[in-house]
Amino acid sequence: MTSLDAFPARRQSRVWSKLRRNPSALAGAAIVAFFAALALLAPLLPIADPLATSWSAIRKAPSAAHLMGTDEIGRDVLSRMIWGAQASLMAGVISVAIALVTGVPIGLLAGYFGGWTDTVISRFTDALLAMPFLIMAIALAAFLGPSLMNAMIAIGLSAMPVFVRLTRGQVMAVRTEDYVEGARAVGLGHIDIMWRHILPNIVPPLIVQATLTVATAIIAEASLSFLGLGQQAPAPSWGSMLNVAKNFLSQAPWMALWPGAAIFLVVIGFNLLGDGLRDALDPRED
Amino acid sequence: MDQPVLSVEGLSIAFKSGREWRGVVRDMSFTVAPGETVALVGESGSGKSVTSLAIMGLLDRRQSRPTGSVLMNGTELLNLPEPAMRQIRGNQVAMIFQEPMTSLNPVFTVGRQIGEALDRQGAMSREQVRSEVLRLMERVRIPNAATRIDEYPHQFSGGMRQRVMIAMALASRPRLLIADEPTTALDVTIQGQILDLIKELQQETGMAVLFITHDMGVVAEIADRTVVMYRGDCVETGATETVFARPEHPYTAALLAAVPRLGSMQGAPLPRRFPRIDTTDGTIISEPPLQRQIDRKAMPVLSVRNLVTRFAVGADLLGRAKGHVHAVENVSFDLWQGETLSLVGESGCGKSTTGRSILRLIEPRSGEVTLDGFDVMELRGSALQRMRRAGQMIFQDPFSSLNPRMTIGQSVAEPILKHGIAKGREARALAADLLGQVGLDGSMFDRYPHEFSGGQRQRVAIARVLGLSPKLIVADESVSALDVSIKAQVCNLLMDLQDRLGIAYLFISHDMAVVERVSHRVAVMYLGEIVEIGPREAIFANPQHPYTRKLIAAVPIPDPARRGMRRAAAADELKSPIRPRGHVAPRREWRDLGAGHLVMQTG
Repeated sequence: MTSLDAFPARRQSRVWSKLRRNPSALAGAAIVAFFAALALLAPLLPIADPLATSWSAIRKAPSAAHLMGTDEIGRDVLSRMIWGAQASLMAGVISVAIALVTGVPIGLLAGYFGGWTDTVISRFTDALLAMPFLIMAIALAAFLGPSLMNAMIAIGLSAMPVFVRLTRGQVMAVRTEDYVEGARAVGLGHIDIMWRHILPNIVPPLIVQATLTVATAIIAEASLSFLGLGQQAPAPSWGSMLNVAKNFLSQAPWMALWPGAAIFLVVIGFNLLGDGLRDALDPRED
Repeated sequence: MDQPVLSVEGLSIAFKSGREWRGVVRDMSFTVAPGETVALVGESGSGKSVTSLAIMGLLDRRQSRPTGSVLMNGTELLNLPEPAMRQIRGNQVAMIFQEPMTSLNPVFTVGRQIGEALDRQGAMSREQVRSEVLRLMERVRIPNAATRIDEYPHQFSGGMRQRVMIAMALASRPRLLIADEPTTALDVTIQGQILDLIKELQQETGMAVLFITHDMGVVAEIADRTVVMYRGDCVETGATETVFARPEHPYTAALLAAVPRLGSMQGAPLPRRFPRIDTTDGTIISEPPLQRQIDRKAMPVLSVRNLVTRFAVGADLLGRAKGHVHAVENVSFDLWQGETLSLVGESGCGKSTTGRSILRLIEPRSGEVTLDGFDVMELRGSALQRMRRAGQMIFQDPFSSLNPRMTIGQSVAEPILKHGIAKGREARALAADLLGQVGLDGSMFDRYPHEFSGGQRQRVAIARVLGLSPKLIVADESVSALDVSIKAQVCNLLMDLQDRLGIAYLFISHDMAVVERVSHRVAVMYLGEIVEIGPREAIFANPQHPYTRKLIAAVPIPDPARRGMRRAAAADELKSPIRPRGHVAPRREWRDLGAGHLVMQTG
């Protein structure tokens, strides 16, 4: 890659200052940061052991002793929520990162070179897309073996075809721009053109897709956990909590309320942040 | 004078920008009488299109605030409720737009789209609608209307689509036709036909026409009266003859002086810079012609022999192409250091493909290209990238030719860094120097392309390629999208650089008046072949091929006194360059008229 060190990174400060002026993006960032902080600080917070059961406190409503109530075997829901944030956020972010890192380069190649490269890659993604997202994630997770890491890999790979296809379509649109042909005309190689001239111009739709997929991934991890393929019981994750809670909706609604609300908030947080980032990264928006 | 159809009084338009309202049009007043054509002229951003949209009530009411008065046959149109406005739009005013390629719906037949405009009340039977559509298509002189009525828009050429648009506009028998740059996207010969058509239809129906354009040649050709706009203000209104003969406002004078006039270069063998015009007082400072003499005994910088480029169309069962677009067919020419060879012709004639094939941005099928000693056709990999230092390209659309996510400085420095011409600080200094050479300020270094105007972006694009010290620059319609005054400045810049650095230009353009100004030699292309090539003076003063003559005759002359001197051209379409598989290109004979003036023999 050509070094452009001689050009000061005015970009970062510019992106940041634009993001700062956007209240909804800041709200999104605050939400995401709040949950991320909770997840990271879980071991330090003065909360109950998330795994400690208590036969005397089964399905108790929120009270001073248990701020968010207790679950069906008497574990403290607040504590499980905080520890569960780790699994859920990781599942969301890491699996999307896996999908991006694998999907975007493949889509770039397909869209940029076209022809046979494109045919092979596109037919392959078509085949993958034909399988329902969750079914494929379950199959992959079952194949890899039950663990949180494997669940994330399975979700990431299942989400990948969407990124391949999105990237490919965007690349094909950008590839016909004069500045891409101009880059060829000044003698740049394929890698330079893809990396410096095409990729930066297809980032906005990728960011939007990625933030939406984070939400899907959190929910997918919940489903996998429910099947015993994700976070292993008794370790908590929001998804597994929600899945257990649905059996007790009428007797203990708080068991579903807290993880449901948390997933909802995180998803909104990522979406707001994603929208803000998309605008801030676009030099045309001022 | 009759009661005017349209009377605009003190029209001002403000747009919302953030929380404030920003005025884009201030205090416009003009009238259009029945049977009259009024031209609204101005450069981009002067507010002419916004004015027409305000008249039609097509501006977004939340984002814009028109004030003043727009009377249409005595009805006040501003603040008219939407349903009433729709009635006016359908029955009294019709509009045709610039882009005939996008203003028709691709999934409906042409006949159906015209019929839709015709029968909104649903009072006519299907047969009535069809016969009325046929009548309209014949009125706008679409050949074989009876068979073409059931065809789809993609089967029509640009000029024919614009005729369809006009037919749709006429369907409701409007009192006023607003034409927003209706011929800008069309080739000159087609443009002439459409202008003639509008004039004829106007004589037949007595409708008023409000004609919006930036092209003074078109104004001279069609308008009875002219309204000149400049940055949202109406600077001059008057009879077209008066405005052209005795412009009152310096801006009008400047605009008129900036228009390249065909024939202004008679007797001058070398290209000459456009005169500089002071827009504040309208004084014209003429510039000297180029100094550099061309040594045609030396090796040509670029030598093209029998270049052929074809594109496959369709595929049969075995995956073989059914036919080929013969985009470039047997093209040969030489180009010397410091020389400009213009490739002219209408859209689809293969001039852009020729330029791209020479730089191997498109793979030619056969032929020989020698550029600065490189055998271009044999190059592979890194050698091809090295060749690309010698031959550079500048594109047409200033809005897509720069990467929107790179700063101007990065764009200019990129090729320098890539080819290892300079590094780090040195590269930055060199890039700043290049920006200076094209008349831009070094302080613009860290700004993004969207902060620049079209002309400035084109300068950046030039700076970017200059960093590689190219021997040849292929300028593909590089000034076509620019306003006249900016066009002149960018052409002057190109000529300055040529005079100083001896760059050879392959100047691809459809604009004959600009070509006459900038070129040493001219090649005329038609259906992929060069039909005539020679010194610029000879081509313009003594055109031999019928197509060259037609092309030159079709150029509108910015002089209302000479209006209508073009003979009415037939409503024809450019022939297709698609040939079936196995087609053998015919052998061509050339006649030599001396001094390198060659003409293809016809028949």
